Amino acid sequence: MPDYLLSTSPAMAKRHARHTRFQWYGRIAIAISISFMLLMFTAIFFRGIGAFQKTMIAVDVQFTESQIDPSGTRDENSLKQANYKPILLQGLQQVIPGATERRDRNNLYKLLSNGATFDLGERVARKPELIGTSQRVWVAASSEVDLYVKGKIDPDVPEDLRRLKDRDIAWIETLRASGQVKKQFNKTFFTSGDSRAPEMAGILSAALGSFFSLLICFLIAFPLGILTAVYLEEYARKSRLTDLIEVNINNLAAVPSIVFGLLGLAIFLNFFNLPRSTPLVGGMVLALMTLPTIIIASRSILRSIPQATRDAALGLGASKTQTTFHHVVPLAMPGMLTGTILGMARALGETAPLLMIGMVAFIVDVPKGVTDVATALPVQIFLWADSPEKGFVELTSAAIMVLLVFLILMNVFAVYLRKKLERRW
Amino acid sequence: MMKKLLLCGVVAVGLAACGGGDSSTTDAPSAGEKAAVTSGRDQIKIVGSSTVYPFSTTVAENFGRSTSFKTPIVESTGSGGGLKLFCSGVGANHPDMTNASRRIKASEIKRCADNGINDIIEVKVGYDGIVLANSRKSDQFNITLRELYLALAKDIPNGNGGTKPNDHQRWNEINPALPDTKIEILGPPPTSGTRDAFVELAMEGGCQTFDWIAAMEKTDKDTYKAICHSFREDDNFIEAGENDNLIVQKLNANPNALGIFGFGFLDQNADSVQGTVINDVVPTFENISDGSYPVSRSLFFYVKKDNIGVVPGIEEFLNEFTSERASGQDGYLAEKGLIPMKPEEHAARKASVLALETVSLD
Repeated sequence: MPDYLLSTSPAMAKRHARHTRFQWYGRIAIAISISFMLLMFTAIFFRGIGAFQKTMIAVDVQFTESQIDPSGTRDENSLKQANYKPILLQGLQQVIPGATERRDRNNLYKLLSNGATFDLGERVARKPELIGTSQRVWVAASSEVDLYVKGKIDPDVPEDLRRLKDRDIAWIETLRASGQVKKQFNKTFFTSGDSRAPEMAGILSAALGSFFSLLICFLIAFPLGILTAVYLEEYARKSRLTDLIEVNINNLAAVPSIVFGLLGLAIFLNFFNLPRSTPLVGGMVLALMTLPTIIIASRSILRSIPQATRDAALGLGASKTQTTFHHVVPLAMPGMLTGTILGMARALGETAPLLMIGMVAFIVDVPKGVTDVATALPVQIFLWADSPEKGFVELTSAAIMVLLVFLILMNVFAVYLRKKLERRW
Repeated sequence: MMKKLLLCGVVAVGLAACGGGDSSTTDAPSAGEKAAVTSGRDQIKIVGSSTVYPFSTTVAENFGRSTSFKTPIVESTGSGGGLKLFCSGVGANHPDMTNASRRIKASEIKRCADNGINDIIEVKVGYDGIVLANSRKSDQFNITLRELYLALAKDIPNGNGGTKPNDHQRWNEINPALPDTKIEILGPPPTSGTRDAFVELAMEGGCQTFDWIAAMEKTDKDTYKAICHSFREDDNFIEAGENDNLIVQKLNANPNALGIFGFGFLDQNADSVQGTVINDVVPTFENISDGSYPVSRSLFFYVKKDNIGVVPGIEEFLNEFTSERASGQDGYLAEKGLIPMKPEEHAARKASVLALETVSLD
């Protein structure tokens, strides 16, 4: 049979080889990018996973009235602010009787978190009948102890290079032997604001700050963006002016985000005197930043809707506005929402513009509204990454994990909307 | 399908509309808050140095937890940026206090006065050492300020009364006793207060060991500054950004490199990095505190006296900050790496702060 397909010709073999080679280049490229991504995710995961657990120490506390509430008034504030250090220390000394010198007592007490006394204060204020009783309470261990229990401090390192000394370790082991040390789910991480002590720090205030900022951002950017896109696409006649506007929108989309922060500082803070460090201003700045993205995405969606839809509606006697709002915009809505969500996902990860308007700050209180001072998730990550205490290393990674979860959720939602509602022509 | 899409559109528009409704309802209580903001805040606002930030936030947190006042807000803006904000005006939209890793300058006091801030209280926080450190995988460095200057400066003396571009590539070219490794120093960028202090204390300290340059300080200040303050721009000095943790990590990765950062980071990372001995003094808590370690500076914060009584809690905050349990010898700030003042100085400073004495630079 004659070789019609030239399958034996050397030129053909070369062609085939090139074909396979190219496919392999592509596969290798994908494999490399995926392995980088996996490397990053696993590194963050293994560094951060520890932060979801925290070490607790059980202390047998005697709530003596003379110590906590000498006046006997049971006033909530004075119960909260009473000095619980002596009774916690007494509890520890029952297990470790050796520590009686002032310095030893201080060191022993440092096994517990600084927050332990505030924690007891809260409990007693909530349940004043505790006074006079004797209870076993679980309080947070200090960050150093926590790191040791999690195996992140190597006891074989020479003692003077460690912050946790041999005697501290011996004390921890004594406590552990009597069943007074345990690891449990770190609820604090999700329910409290920032703290200088890693074992007391949480992401709630940052997460809420991000939420309020994005809310404001959505409320401003979504209607403005959609209206601009619809007008430019459906109503505006093509002219020099619309060309100019288009060029400007495209340029704005590429402006570095810090510039929007400076703009926010100059206009919202200095000119309008809006309150500094609040999600209100943060959201406005982020809205300015995401607006061009939303407009560009929405316009391209509107452009992809077939002219036939408009012609049919107009042909049946609908007005221009009816055509637009009854037919074109509803068809484009899923795409426009997708564009908005993707724009907001980018806004969620921004720190630079927030820097200028004072949202890079230490904030303990959880914000309750858009005019309360707040920080944002990526800012919290930045602040923790910059802290000297070792305990913040795992918190930083844990916060990155939380931020990634939010980003993935937003992107999945955008994909879902597109898949579920988008129409193809 | 069409209906569903329409519904989606309506829902989306509705969402925007009811979102609008939400914003107006949340605005209602916030109008009251805004009024509170303009007539006087109920929360202290602090800005300023990133070096003082860990200490300031620690006190703020303790203050917030142990009193009925709100926890102060602390922003990290850098010393210069903080003083600029601090001096930009009176009223609730401007901070009550600013942290500084150096003393306030006369020009800044003037700027404050121009904007109606005449009475500023200066609070000394304590001391901070700036250390040069390397990985524990290599040997501890032992150098003098003069050698440090010769390693880092852009131009160095050429031996006959002039200068030449710095051509030192390896440590043993400066002093044969130093190791035969490439000079690699990681340090903060010019915007950082740590860099300012390092220039002033270490670079000038080394520079002044050359008599003719020291003499120039009086006669030709500009040339003096050019010689003493400029860092080399080749790859022997690497600007590593403001993040000191990053420098520590890079030192672990590159045992030949030295890094410049605050003592607090050395204290927390003593298991992986070691401080360089400078002029035969080891950077330890004791040596910095008694002043024998040459590269140490004072940390301050500044308070608007007029805001006391307007913003609640300022006096109580000052009380907490200057208390023995915070900034004293065994206070909780020492735990965070602050080098406290000697008891006598602490007591004297505390008394003048609590008497609300205002700052004057002479």
